[in-house]
Amino acid sequence: MSGQRNGQVGRRITQAVTYSILPTVVAIVAALVATSIVVWATGAPIGGFVDTMLSVPSHRDTIIIVNQASMIALSAFAAAICFRMGLFNIGVEGQYIVGACAGAFFAGAGIVPGPLNILATLVVAMFAGVVWAMIAAILNVTRGVSEVISAIMLNYVALTLAGYLVKNYGERSGYTFTTPKIAPSSQPLGFGLFADAPDIWALAILAVIVGIGYAFLLGWTRFGFDLRTTGESRTAALANGIDPRRMVLVVMAISGAIAGLVWMPSFFGSTHTFGIPEYFQRGLGFTGLAVALLGRNTSLGIGFGSLLFAFLATQSNRLQSVGVARDVVEITQGVVVLMVVIAFEIARRIKVRREQERVARELEPATTGAPA
Amino acid sequence: MHVELRGIEKRFPGVVANHDVDLTIRPGAVHALIGENGAGKSTLMKILYGVQAPDGGTIVVDGAERRFASPTDAIDTGIGMVFQHFMLADNLTVLENVVLGAEKLHGIGESARSRVREICEAYGFELDPDALVATLGVAARQRVEILKVLYRGASLIILDEPTAVLVPHEVEALFANLRDLVASGRSVLFISHKLDEVLDIADDITVMRRGTTVGTADPRSATKHELAELMVGAELPSPDLSEDTVTDVPILALRGVALASDGGRRLLDDVDLTVHRGEIVGIAGVEGNGQTELVEVIMGMRRATSGTITLAEEDITRLATRKVRERGVGFIPEDRHRHGVVLDFPLWENRILGHQTKRPVTRGPLLNPGGAREDAERIVAEYDVRTPSVHTSARALSGGNQQKFIVGREMSGDPVLLVASHPTRGVDVGAQAAIWDHIRRARHDGLGVLLISADLDELIGLSDRLEVILRGRITAHFDPDDVSAQDLGAAMTGGAA
Repeated sequence: MSGQRNGQVGRRITQAVTYSILPTVVAIVAALVATSIVVWATGAPIGGFVDTMLSVPSHRDTIIIVNQASMIALSAFAAAICFRMGLFNIGVEGQYIVGACAGAFFAGAGIVPGPLNILATLVVAMFAGVVWAMIAAILNVTRGVSEVISAIMLNYVALTLAGYLVKNYGERSGYTFTTPKIAPSSQPLGFGLFADAPDIWALAILAVIVGIGYAFLLGWTRFGFDLRTTGESRTAALANGIDPRRMVLVVMAISGAIAGLVWMPSFFGSTHTFGIPEYFQRGLGFTGLAVALLGRNTSLGIGFGSLLFAFLATQSNRLQSVGVARDVVEITQGVVVLMVVIAFEIARRIKVRREQERVARELEPATTGAPA
Repeated sequence: MHVELRGIEKRFPGVVANHDVDLTIRPGAVHALIGENGAGKSTLMKILYGVQAPDGGTIVVDGAERRFASPTDAIDTGIGMVFQHFMLADNLTVLENVVLGAEKLHGIGESARSRVREICEAYGFELDPDALVATLGVAARQRVEILKVLYRGASLIILDEPTAVLVPHEVEALFANLRDLVASGRSVLFISHKLDEVLDIADDITVMRRGTTVGTADPRSATKHELAELMVGAELPSPDLSEDTVTDVPILALRGVALASDGGRRLLDDVDLTVHRGEIVGIAGVEGNGQTELVEVIMGMRRATSGTITLAEEDITRLATRKVRERGVGFIPEDRHRHGVVLDFPLWENRILGHQTKRPVTRGPLLNPGGAREDAERIVAEYDVRTPSVHTSARALSGGNQQKFIVGREMSGDPVLLVASHPTRGVDVGAQAAIWDHIRRARHDGLGVLLISADLDELIGLSDRLEVILRGRITAHFDPDDVSAQDLGAAMTGGAA
């Protein structure tokens, strides 16, 4: 019995290597090759590009990578939970803008004192994200409007709304407007890693917490099972006591709540105020969609993917000094996602075929003995 | 066209689908290929049409040996096929559907249109080339499919259970078309398991059983009884009930249940139905007469427009599917791929499906993978599911093994009522007998069963009572002990008994 268990575990490890790690490595290598070809074709120094990209980041850059990765990961989890159910929440961008704006106003007002303000702010930001996500979700469930279309529109509305609110209810700061700065008592300390570099933002830990919660929810709970079933087959969900419409509402709400948190690490870690464009980082919602795809909607994959994306983006800052346009790294990022999708689809087909062959092989004696 | 199949063999994971298959199709004849569900007819057709490559044997067309790598090869040779599930684009016209993919033949303009008209007139198809396919009925769509095949120049036309979707007078019209086709020198391979129709239309008959051809028959001299014997073989277990276990305790009762479609059409109309403990009630009917809706209403997937449904004296008319299942209703859905399993989940996760709120597969809001695995292993052992392990995905199993797993799952946790739609459809003979056994045993223990099936022998053999459903109404009752398939068939189609 235990021998059989061990065999089972051994095969699972082999499967993980064959069907998860191998395709990822292939995809990253292919992406770097593709980018190198572009660099070479534009006549830029290819050696400089490769050396820069593959160099060990400085302490300071390492911190930036981790900080950026935390926000990308949060955004990716918001996207991934929808992907797992066959929903495309392209509205993470708008939801996190609304979350950031609402959270910043609330925190700056200082209604709740000291460290408690941080927790209260997170709740407010999540709630704002939920409200924004629910607009698309309710339109989808009651009127049959595609969540993709309404969410794209809502992204623009969110941006305009946030700008309007800050301009009319914020403070003048130089030539722009921002929300009131949060009190120093509500600014958490970060995690010091290096003496010669700033700290890792305290709320980067949110990405780890959400990542663990995400894996637990999907793999170990009844709700997660219902969610995955709905994603695999809506008809099977319906026939087996899962209400797909209710699932759309709940999952979009969870996604919106996670999206509301996306910018919070940066807000509490460094900016302490919100104002577009100086005191805000846009585009994380779209990066998150790509990373969710890259990470195959799994916690580990998203953790890895967000670090990779943050690494590529940070390293690319130094490309200018060797005469390569830093935008070239977007090609790497794009090709990685594309290649991962392709490589995993190929791996999946191989896996299905091998499994069928294995079933055939192991059952061969049974069928020749007594024809079915 | 003269087609000969010699010693065809095809193996699938866990099943030998075809072996030692011999078949000769003469020009200008309707050749019927008959056999039970799972006898290997569909596999053979797919081999002949180039969808699947045989593992052994030869195909000889007009004296030359052929290998078809794809349906394109088969079409080029003059073999065309009409599948059971039509493959038409709803939002295109008849003409557009016909020329789609065959633009090289006559272009897409006037010459194509006149060719389509020609074929329609030659065989009395009565199709308007410019009609939108979305506006056509089932029978007309089938004619479009045949038209497509003829347009591509087929001299052998394979029809996979063409009458399954048709009502009686449409069947007559189809047969008239087929007679015209063979009169023009073409051949038709007609796949069916309906013996009356086969005797009516066929010039030659070949019978398949358990993946092989077991004999041929001459339709002029053969009787239904002889054909049935050939089809099922002597050793086939019959679904007879040996003992009387029916009680007078109602477990499921429908009173005046009606269901209207969004357009106001009556899908179910004033349905009264009672299933007692220890009783199997069979619902007979031509597919599409409200069976699907009846099941969906009982299972809470759709809500009845009026009437009441009670389960063990509790009103469940407005309960959601999960609540209905929690009260002990097992459900074998008619479409196992769409409703019964999640193909990419392993078997142990499929054990949880539909039972998400019950032990041992969950504990409160959490899954219990250990419990689910153990219980999945129990089902695999008790129901003879042929699989390497419970970690194998449902997709890798043959249809029969998937079905056995579903039956095992739905019998878990001592259900009080089993709603079974076509429980043995597409299942091999051995598995069929096993499933019948399990249903009988559960009946003995007091289970009430609502059985929906298209297989009249299964219905008559397994049921304690038969109800006929026609256009959403229960129109007749029969005692399976003294009903003939003819009487039942007449009631199902609304003809005189």
